[in-house]
Amino acid sequence: MATDTIGGFDASTELGGIRLPNPVMTASGCAANGKELQRFFDVAQLGAFVTKTVMLEPRSGRGTPRMAETPSGMLNSIGLQGPGIRAFCEQDLTWLKARGARVLVSIAGGTAGEFADVAAHLRASDAWDAVVGVEVNISCPNVANRGQVFACDPTTSAKVMTLVREQLPRDTPIIAKLSPDVTDIVSIAAAVLGAGATGLTMINTLLGVVIDTDLLRPQLGGLTGGLSGPAVRAVAVRAVWQVRAAMLAGQIPTAPIIGVGGIATGRDALELVAAGASAVQVGTVTFHDPSAPLRVRDELTALVRAKGFSQFTDVIGIAHERIARP
Amino acid sequence: MRDVVQVDAEVIATRRVGAYHHITFVAPGVAELARPGQFVALSVGGDSSANLLRRCFSIHKVSPSGTYGGTVDLVISAVGPGTEWLSGLRAHDTTSMVGPLGRPFPLPKEPVATVLVGGGYGSAPLFWLAEALRERGCRVDMVLGAATESRLFGVVEARRAADGVTVTTDDGSMGHRGWVSDVLPAIIADHGVGVVYACGPMGMLKSVTDVAAAGGAVAQVAVEESMACGVGVCMTCVMPVAGNDGVTRMVRSCVEGPVFRGDRVRWDAFEGGVCRVPEDALGATAMRAH
Repeated sequence: MATDTIGGFDASTELGGIRLPNPVMTASGCAANGKELQRFFDVAQLGAFVTKTVMLEPRSGRGTPRMAETPSGMLNSIGLQGPGIRAFCEQDLTWLKARGARVLVSIAGGTAGEFADVAAHLRASDAWDAVVGVEVNISCPNVANRGQVFACDPTTSAKVMTLVREQLPRDTPIIAKLSPDVTDIVSIAAAVLGAGATGLTMINTLLGVVIDTDLLRPQLGGLTGGLSGPAVRAVAVRAVWQVRAAMLAGQIPTAPIIGVGGIATGRDALELVAAGASAVQVGTVTFHDPSAPLRVRDELTALVRAKGFSQFTDVIGIAHERIARP
Repeated sequence: MRDVVQVDAEVIATRRVGAYHHITFVAPGVAELARPGQFVALSVGGDSSANLLRRCFSIHKVSPSGTYGGTVDLVISAVGPGTEWLSGLRAHDTTSMVGPLGRPFPLPKEPVATVLVGGGYGSAPLFWLAEALRERGCRVDMVLGAATESRLFGVVEARRAADGVTVTTDDGSMGHRGWVSDVLPAIIADHGVGVVYACGPMGMLKSVTDVAAAGGAVAQVAVEESMACGVGVCMTCVMPVAGNDGVTRMVRSCVEGPVFRGDRVRWDAFEGGVCRVPEDALGATAMRAH
C-alpha cells in the first residue's frame, strides 16, 4: 500500500497488519459516506474513510431537534439514521471503492447477533476489497439490556466481538469503539481485545443534556445526546493514555489505538498520538470546516516532521517515555 | 467542475434594515455559482471561537462582477451568540463562507403567474427570484408578512421587483392587519397563479401550502431548519418529506432542500417546536425496536 512521503518523512502507520499511507481518518457519523465531502477534498487521500454506523435495516433516526450547540462542542441525538447494510453495500461502499478510498466500515446492532449479521452482509459485498477494517460501534443501546449501551459492560462487549470475529476473515482488523462513560475503560479494553478485537477506537461521545431555558425543557427531541467537539478532547487523551499505559505495563495485550475526540488541528491530533494513538479520526470539526480531515493530515505530518522525526510511527505513545516527575 | 467553494469572505458593507442587519461580503466564486433559493454557511466567532457550528443564511442577492469581485448579500437577524457576532462585523472583517449550498427554487418552463411570500426576513431571497421569474415572462406578485413593521424586510425593494405587493402585519402597524394566508387566496384567484414560492417560519409555510392547494397552485417552500454543517454530513437538519414514490423519508434540508414542494412535506409531524418521525416513514419501524 502507498506511503505518503514528504521530503523523506514517512507518514504511514499500521493497523493490525494493514499499512495506511497516513494516520488521519474521518470519524464515524461526522462525514456521512463520502460523497458530501468529496466536493471539498478527495476522500481517497485520507489514511482511511470511516463510514457512518450502519445497522441491518434502514433507520429513520430520531425526530428533531437533534442538535444543541455547547461551549466548544455540540450535543447530537441522530439515532443512527442510515440506509441499512444492503443499500449501504450496493450504493455507498461501491461508490467509495470506485474512488479508490480505503474504508473502515462502522457497524452496529441492537443485539450481539445483529452485529454479526451486519458483518456477514458486509463480507459478502462485491465492494469488500475496499474495506481495510471494521469498526464495531458498541456504544449504541442494547435492546436486551434495557437500553444500556454494550460498551458499558465487558461481558456484552466481548460477546459482540466474538460473534463479529466469526463472520470476518482472520486478517481483517476489527476495531472496537469504546465509550468514555464507564468506570474503568481499561477493563472494557481488556475484554474486547481478549475476544478477538484487533484494536480500539477511543472515544465515542459522552452522554449529555442541554436545557432550553426559554421553554424550560430539554432542547433535544431525544432528551439526551452525545457530546463531541474540542470540549471532550482532554477526556479522549485521558482514555488513550490510560489504555496505552495498561498495555505498556503488560496488564492488557498490546494493540493499535485510534484516537478520536475533539481534534480540530494537527496539534490536537499530536496530543492523541503522543498519548498512544497509532491513527486519529477527525470528527465534529468537519461540521465547522468541511476540509478539516485533509488539513489535519497536512498539519500533523508537518508538525511531526518539524520536530525532527523521520517517521510518524516514532511519536506514537512517546509521551509515556517523557513523564516529568517533580 | 466545482459547484461549491470555501472562501474567506470579507465584509465590504453592513447596514441596519429595521430589525435586521444587511451585510455585503466579497466572496470569490460563490456569486458566480449561486442561484435563487441557495444558501451559504458562515463560521462565527473568529479563529478561537467556542461556537463551532456554522450558521446558514439564504442568499439575498449576488453580484458576480462588482468592483471588488463577486459579492454576496445576506440578511441576518441577531437572535443568538452566532448571529450577534455576525451583526457586529465591520468593513474588512472576514469570516469563512461555504457556498452556494442546497437546491435552488425550480423555475417554471412556461410564463405562469406567480406569488412570492416572505415571512419576516424570509423575504430575503425572493427579490432575486422575482427578477429571474420576470425574465421568463412570469407575472410576480409579492406578499410580505411579519409580526410588526420593523420585522418586515424589503417592502421598498418589492415595489420595484414585483408587479403587485401586499403587506401584512400581525399588529396592523403596516398594511393589512393579519396573516399572509388572509390575503393570499384572492391574489391566487385574481391572477390565476400557478406557483406560490414561500420562505419563512414553518407555520407560515404550512398555511401557504394549504392555501396554494385550495387555489389549484403548486407551492415551493424554502425551509429554515437549524443546521450544524450545511453540507450534508451532520444529519441534524432532517425533516419528513414524501418522495416521488410516495414514501416518506427523513431527508436533510441542506442537501435535498432547502426548497421542497409544499405538498410533499409532512406538516402533520411538526408541533410545538419539535418534529416527530411519522409512523409510516422509511426506517421508523427499526427505531421502535431500539
